[in-house]
Amino acid sequence: MDTLLRLEDLTMHYKTKAGWVQAIDGVSFSLDKGQSLGLVGESGCGKTSIAMSIMRLLPYNAQLVKGRILFGGRNLYALSDEEVRQLRWKEVAMIFQAAMNSLNPVYSVGNQIIEAIVTHEPETGEDEARERVESLFELVGIPKERMDHYPHEYSGGMKQRAVIAMALACNPSLIIADEPTTALDVIVQDKILREIEDIRRKINMSMIYISHDVSVIAEVSDVVGVMYAGKLLELGPADDVFKRPKNPYTYSLMHAYPSILGEKHDLVTIPGEPPNLLDPPTGCRFHPRCDWATKECGETAPLWREITEGHYLACHNPIRTKQGKSCKQQKTAKGGDVIDTSDGN
Amino acid sequence: MTLPTATESKDVILEVCNLSKYYPVNQSFFSGKKALLHAVDNVSFQVNRGEVLGLVGESGCGKTTTGRLIVRLATPTSGRILIENTDVADIKGQGMMEFRQKVQMIFQDPYESLDPRMTIFDIVAEPLNVNGIGTFEEREAQVEEMLNLVGLAPPSAFLFRFPHELSGGQRQRVAIARALVVRPSFVVADEPTSMLDVSIRTGIMKLMAQLREDLGISYLYITHDLAVARYLCDRIAVMYLGQIVELGDSEDIVKKPVHPYTKALISAVPVPDPAIERPIPNIKGGVSKPIDPKPRCRFYDRCPESESSCAEAKNPELRDIGGGHLVACHLL
Repeated sequence: MDTLLRLEDLTMHYKTKAGWVQAIDGVSFSLDKGQSLGLVGESGCGKTSIAMSIMRLLPYNAQLVKGRILFGGRNLYALSDEEVRQLRWKEVAMIFQAAMNSLNPVYSVGNQIIEAIVTHEPETGEDEARERVESLFELVGIPKERMDHYPHEYSGGMKQRAVIAMALACNPSLIIADEPTTALDVIVQDKILREIEDIRRKINMSMIYISHDVSVIAEVSDVVGVMYAGKLLELGPADDVFKRPKNPYTYSLMHAYPSILGEKHDLVTIPGEPPNLLDPPTGCRFHPRCDWATKECGETAPLWREITEGHYLACHNPIRTKQGKSCKQQKTAKGGDVIDTSDGN
Repeated sequence: MTLPTATESKDVILEVCNLSKYYPVNQSFFSGKKALLHAVDNVSFQVNRGEVLGLVGESGCGKTTTGRLIVRLATPTSGRILIENTDVADIKGQGMMEFRQKVQMIFQDPYESLDPRMTIFDIVAEPLNVNGIGTFEEREAQVEEMLNLVGLAPPSAFLFRFPHELSGGQRQRVAIARALVVRPSFVVADEPTSMLDVSIRTGIMKLMAQLREDLGISYLYITHDLAVARYLCDRIAVMYLGQIVELGDSEDIVKKPVHPYTKALISAVPVPDPAIERPIPNIKGGVSKPIDPKPRCRFYDRCPESESSCAEAKNPELRDIGGGHLVACHLL
């Protein structure tokens, strides 16, 4: 498949009064055309920073320390501001967090989307843009009579749909959705998730979906990436990662939350708190909270490597899941020295 | 309406009878026409001693209002709330002090609910000061004990810090300590975990469950998350537009929902397994506001199973369909 987006060893720090915040550290992944990548992690782990880096919308105090972002083969950070402006929205569009507040209250929703189209495609006439908004509204499920209404006349779910319509306005090849359903109730969330999925398949668009909710990620992604404290710890096909998580953090994250399915199970607690990125722990950034951690984990940072096809991992001491043996049992049995030999470790 | 009597033999700590709260709203700014928003409408339920009852529903369904009415942060339009057989509405003066010791609330947002200018010690000791419990030394000991209980150990490391120095999870633990330091017998917890990160959330949920065992507290646990409610609660009440539509044993509600709204709500919860294809939730339209609602079933307009008789019939009342499982639906 064609690679659309590729991050190579992306490292980005924020300058603050207290020092450099190491928000993204050595993140590499690639995204194929038509593929959807779910990025999951807790707040402050760098998910949104990655989105902003790809959009080149980083604040003034951010600095790209090393690495590069290739979009369709072009290095985004070698382009001029004007070239990026051309690329933005036409090629890469974003659905922002708190979409409720990303609409301008004094313009009608339809006009705002028309404006986006006309700005990025000056050759499009206003009437043509209006027709396009009508079909976009149809696509996301808002009656087209609502075009001339203002944001305050919309419900939360409808505003979210309108923002999705706006992101789709210029037929981008990549959409970055940053927690688009976090503020919504489950029934509305379900509808929006299904709509995004439908549209994506219909127009074969790539997507990066950012969320802190493992369940939502499970539903929308082909590929799942798990982030912790600015690092990507694991990335692989969704089925594979969810069935056979290799990184202890991935495992804990998946079992930390109760489910409404199956038997009531005991929840995994992750001790401690996420680290301060001004001064992240040495070695693996997760090691102070990791039950599986060994001496090595505190000393050297694990390498990012491919363990099976398309499944990448950064961990010294990955979980080995054998049939009929749960991770829990393994954890109590091993005492921290089982090394997965099948990975050539 | 007669109250469900299945649990009569048990020790009932909270009894809510036909509770209603209406808020006047302006239909139009200029006409001055008044309408009533039925935030809570004729709600009745009981909580037994040592039990956790979950109140679940979408935003705007009246679950927080119900909680606020119970701790008397709002006054009901009609109906009665009995806590340990005392009518909450009759409490006056000194009685209010005693009531506040018996009933406490934990709020949703630990960033808003703690005074930024008070130390952790002051925050947790304040309920003791206000109620004049113990000498200073005794209070100190109690605060330390409480901080230990909620997992802020050693207490000396936290006593003289300010809320801004703590993380979200630690703040929520302080808020829990503050609520529990007067040893209440009943606690209203309003989404105490929804603002927290996943790894921290589990810790708080386990703490709530542990404290219930240790201190024998009964909770009304308000949440929008059915999975959390299933994990923490013995029984779950599902609210829709100000009314309870279904109430029963947690596992029954989650595994064998009866009311069409509960069914839709449960099928809309995402599941952490890419291999599972969830069915499309069977529900029409979007949520509205219960402003001067029609006297028929609140769920009629969105109900996938509604029959023409539902449009004519009055609002259905909760009926026991067996085993203390209550459902408000005409079609049963």
